[in-house]
Amino acid sequence: MATLTLTGVKKAFGATQVLHGVDLAVADGEMVVIVGASGCGKSTLLRIVAGLETPSEGQVRIDGRDVTPLEPADRDIAMVFQNYALYPHMTVFDNMAYGLKIRGLPKPEIRRRVEEGAALLGIQELLARKPRQLSGGQRQRVAMGRAIVREPKLFLFDEPLSNLDAKLRVQMRAEIRRLQKRLGVTSLFVTHDQVEAMTLGDRLVVMHQGHAVQVASPMEIWSRPANTYVAGFIGSPAMNFLPAVLVDGGGAARLAGGGAPIRFVDGPRAGGEGRAVTLGIRPEHLEVGGPDALPVVVDLVEPLGSESVLHGRLADDTALVARLPGAAALTEGMRLAIAPEALHVFDAATGARIDPAGG
Amino acid sequence: MDAATTRRRRLRGAAWAHAVLAIGVLIFFLPIWITLVGSTHDTATIGRGDVPLLPGGEAIANYTAAWNAGGGRYRSAPAGLMLGNSLLMAVLIAGGKIAISLISAYAVVFFRFPGRMLAFWTIFLTLMLPVEVRIIPTFQVMVDLSLVNTMAGLTIPLIASATATLLFRQFFLTIPDEYVEAAKIDGAGPLRFFRDVVLPLSVTNIAALFVILFIYGWNQYLWPLLIVNDRGLETIVVGLAKMIGSGDTQNEWNVIMATAVLALVPPVFVVVAMQRWFVKGLTETEK
Ligand SMILES: Nc1ncnc2c1ncn2[C@@H]1O[C@H](COP(=O)(O)OP(=O)(O)OP(=O)(O)O)[C@@H](O)[C@H]1O
Ligand SMILES: [Mg+2]
Repeated sequence: MATLTLTGVKKAFGATQVLHGVDLAVADGEMVVIVGASGCGKSTLLRIVAGLETPSEGQVRIDGRDVTPLEPADRDIAMVFQNYALYPHMTVFDNMAYGLKIRGLPKPEIRRRVEEGAALLGIQELLARKPRQLSGGQRQRVAMGRAIVREPKLFLFDEPLSNLDAKLRVQMRAEIRRLQKRLGVTSLFVTHDQVEAMTLGDRLVVMHQGHAVQVASPMEIWSRPANTYVAGFIGSPAMNFLPAVLVDGGGAARLAGGGAPIRFVDGPRAGGEGRAVTLGIRPEHLEVGGPDALPVVVDLVEPLGSESVLHGRLADDTALVARLPGAAALTEGMRLAIAPEALHVFDAATGARIDPAGG
Repeated sequence: MDAATTRRRRLRGAAWAHAVLAIGVLIFFLPIWITLVGSTHDTATIGRGDVPLLPGGEAIANYTAAWNAGGGRYRSAPAGLMLGNSLLMAVLIAGGKIAISLISAYAVVFFRFPGRMLAFWTIFLTLMLPVEVRIIPTFQVMVDLSLVNTMAGLTIPLIASATATLLFRQFFLTIPDEYVEAAKIDGAGPLRFFRDVVLPLSVTNIAALFVILFIYGWNQYLWPLLIVNDRGLETIVVGLAKMIGSGDTQNEWNVIMATAVLALVPPVFVVVAMQRWFVKGLTETEK
């Protein structure tokens, strides 16, 4: 179908630089999810791909063709908006058919495509209704249908699920994924919801303040986050960050709060003795007890049934969150151990990931 | 017992409200009733100076006279002709104003061009300059363009003001940007978007404005009086006033009243007909 390539895309609104040069290559049929906090420039990036904004610098290529100067209609894309943007005075059928009508497709062809799309989404019996006679989930489907009947090279989604209730969101998420796989259309999906991002994307683009901080598969991002921002953004509850210094020639780290050095099982880090680092450990990689366990003052326990989330503090007041199985008996003066194989090491100053030297 | 007191009190309150409303209705309705009754008597009955409160038997004669010949001693014009003129004038004014306002509001809201806000404020300023204020220069312009005694001269100066631009602008500002963007992706150009999305969404507003502007046009007095002296172009509001002679001429009040009743019919019809439209619009469209 189509590939999408962004090279050095920058965007400034007046004096505010919103995108600082984004590079991205999306393979044919791939679903790439752009995720990031509010205001980081996700929508702006998507709108530049759609042609609704012009980049200040950089290029957008679809199938190798530079589409940067083209109008949205000439880019062969379809977009699903957050609030669906269904024309309120048109029936579902007319909404879905409108773009095709403008392109001058013959009537029978339009009818065929709309009916096919409607069947695919299970909205055949809604075709004669107006948008206001539909539920949120149905509108969502119609918006999808409008994109599908276009048979575009590229699907663009801007937070299409954020107006749905939690249950419907999960259901539609699965449905979008299923449809996208089945149709094999290259897609770009914007969301600020990390669960949505992890479950939908073949690859994720984590954005932060106008930079694409990391582009990788969901598992890669989860297990090897490129910096402390990504590490803290992906995963819930968020990763714990503990200030530390390298000791033992980079083969271990000692927490700022003291205690026994924690040995790196995957090899020593460069920078040598005394380098200031941040250790990252996910809440699920903490366990009760163990020989080198850290003493923790427990502030709060949230029992969730199958597991408990514990909020506590280390001796030096660093906050620590742990996810423990079951309704663990959580007592005063308990000790939590770090699973050394799940430890992440970041530079304290830049926040960048430090991988084992030579490994 | 307590409930009974409150009920009685509420009933008394309701009775009061109804009494006040009934008086209001009477005050508004009485002159219309007198006109209606007056148009069914002969000249002599009304000429005597009594005000009859019950209909007489001359309705058909009076209305035929008014429709075909008009009344009054002084240069009469048939009501049929005047009604036609008024109707055309009011429709042209309402339609023209709506068309111009729609287009200018569309330009101001949906396009970015140099001087956009200047254009808007200039249009807005015309609101403060109704025809009555600029009547002498406007008349001069009409004379220079030889538009005196033409339907164009009658309507164009009344169309050329911005009454509805502001209203449409406010409405267009509430149309979400996403529609514009969805239309761009659908490949709809500006005119297509105007026709397929903006116009249908504005139907309710157009209907409401049409009613207001139709009546505004229908009731025009000063400008038609000035620009038209050809009785073939006489409008009914002006013609009606001209039927009433001054001094010692005997006015044919019965025919005048018949004409007045006829002059009421089209505006009332428009209000009633369009009301159904915009109530429908209100309940069926939404943004
Ligand atoms: N038309 C504009 N003019 C000026 N600034 C803008 C414009 N559009 C967006 N911005 C700014 O650009 C930044 C990025 O906006 P954008 O809409 O891309 O964020 P986002 O990542 O989609 O956020 P959200 O998750 O809240 O939708 C914001 O700081 C916003 O204020
Ligand atoms: Mg956004």
